[in-house]
Amino acid sequence: MIEVKNISKSFDGKTILNDISTRFETGKVNFIIGRSGSGKSVLTKCIVGLHEVNAGSVEFNGRNFSGMKRKDRKEIRKELGMLFQGSALFDSLTVEQNVVFPLTMFSAGTPEEMRERANFCLKRVELEGTNQLFPSEISGGMQKRVGIARAIAMNPKYLFCDEPNSGLDPQTAIVIDNLIKEITYEYNITTVVVSHDMNSVIEIGDHINFVNEGKLWWKGTREDILNSGNQELDDFVYASDFLKDIRENLRK
Amino acid sequence: MPLFNHIGRYFILLGNVFSRPERFSVYWKQIVFEIDKIGIKSIGIIAMLSAFMGAVICIQTAAQIDSGWIPAYTIGFTVRQTTILEFSPTIMLVILAGKVGSNIASEIGTMRISEQIDAIEIMGVNSAGYLILPKIIAACLIIPFLVIISMFLGIGAGALIGVMANLVSYSNYELGLHLDFKPFSVAYAIIKSFVFAFLMTTISAYCGYYVKGGALEVGKASTQAVVYSVVFIMIFNVILTILLLL
Repeated sequence: MIEVKNISKSFDGKTILNDISTRFETGKVNFIIGRSGSGKSVLTKCIVGLHEVNAGSVEFNGRNFSGMKRKDRKEIRKELGMLFQGSALFDSLTVEQNVVFPLTMFSAGTPEEMRERANFCLKRVELEGTNQLFPSEISGGMQKRVGIARAIAMNPKYLFCDEPNSGLDPQTAIVIDNLIKEITYEYNITTVVVSHDMNSVIEIGDHINFVNEGKLWWKGTREDILNSGNQELDDFVYASDFLKDIRENLRK
Repeated sequence: MPLFNHIGRYFILLGNVFSRPERFSVYWKQIVFEIDKIGIKSIGIIAMLSAFMGAVICIQTAAQIDSGWIPAYTIGFTVRQTTILEFSPTIMLVILAGKVGSNIASEIGTMRISEQIDAIEIMGVNSAGYLILPKIIAACLIIPFLVIISMFLGIGAGALIGVMANLVSYSNYELGLHLDFKPFSVAYAIIKSFVFAFLMTTISAYCGYYVKGGALEVGKASTQAVVYSVVFIMIFNVILTILLLL
């Protein structure tokens, strides 16, 4: 479980996050949703330590991560996997080398064992046979799947996905969503997904946190979200006239 | 003060770069890779420029000493001194700052804006150490060798053009090469090239590592890397010359 306690973050005097507290449960797909610029990516980067918080704390299973020194954080970071918005694969390395990378840094296994693990992860994301291709030679959806394979290579306890569906067609987005859901349940991982894609939220979201103007505006389950009664959340969820009509029809 | 801010961040970055590596074998592979990229792939341009510059110094000197009062061996002497003391260790490094420095800044800068550096950090890997330390070690190891190659080629090309163009006899050129030769000159050149290689790689890496924004900022960082590297090479050239030769 990840527990965020009263965290605040500002850049150059401008407050981006204001006193946010929430929990991300183990074995669940936890969503952070919100408009562009609402602070959801900054919140995620504060949780994983890419940004330092100005106030508050982040705890991974009771361990105060934000209060740790850089050296001590390494141990927790080995338990993290992250899928970035743009995949963030290393251009100069092949697909296999990308997946093997964290293992070569920390695993005690032989090169053969590492390769086997990479093959297993690539098979898990249905990318067998792409080992020797470079990121530039595969599609955006495949890059995301390689990113997931790399993220799970070290058997992480915590998986972070920053807008995993951005730039993908609806069908590929569903494939990525299902993969995230399956991996979360299969390995009992604490998964945190940052998104503004309501399809994903409704499809795979177990717990949802709605961030607006740097504050945690609402939290609940996907069943609650459609009838939250929260005006800002409703405006976000039913942004288009098409969806508003559907809501009105449902109410009738 | 932005200047002090940059100096502070530069030394913090160096502190991170020289912290204990996660796994030496991975770093070793990177060092070999960087030696090839920074050093071996620069031999061509270094060889060509050194040969042409040695030849031009020889021709220029010969043209200046038309007077019968100045001995012909001065040509060999001048080519040797110019090449060993300044051309090979300083001008070559300025050229390498353009080739290698901009490459380092744009490579690391692109990794920064495409979140590849964040990905390395998330894994618990010291990104500064992994990305920059192999480049520094590789440059400090291979660039002095490039400078030595440059010296030989510059002096050799001077001899070739001098004899072929009938500007000086080989015996006079050789006499000039041996005249008042101080082996410390070579040590001075190697020390300078080592320091300049360190400056060039660290400054370029600094410019790339802290890039914020997009492709435009990476381009700016690449330009800054070259400009700052050259400026600091020139400043340290004066400092080292005062310290080592006076």
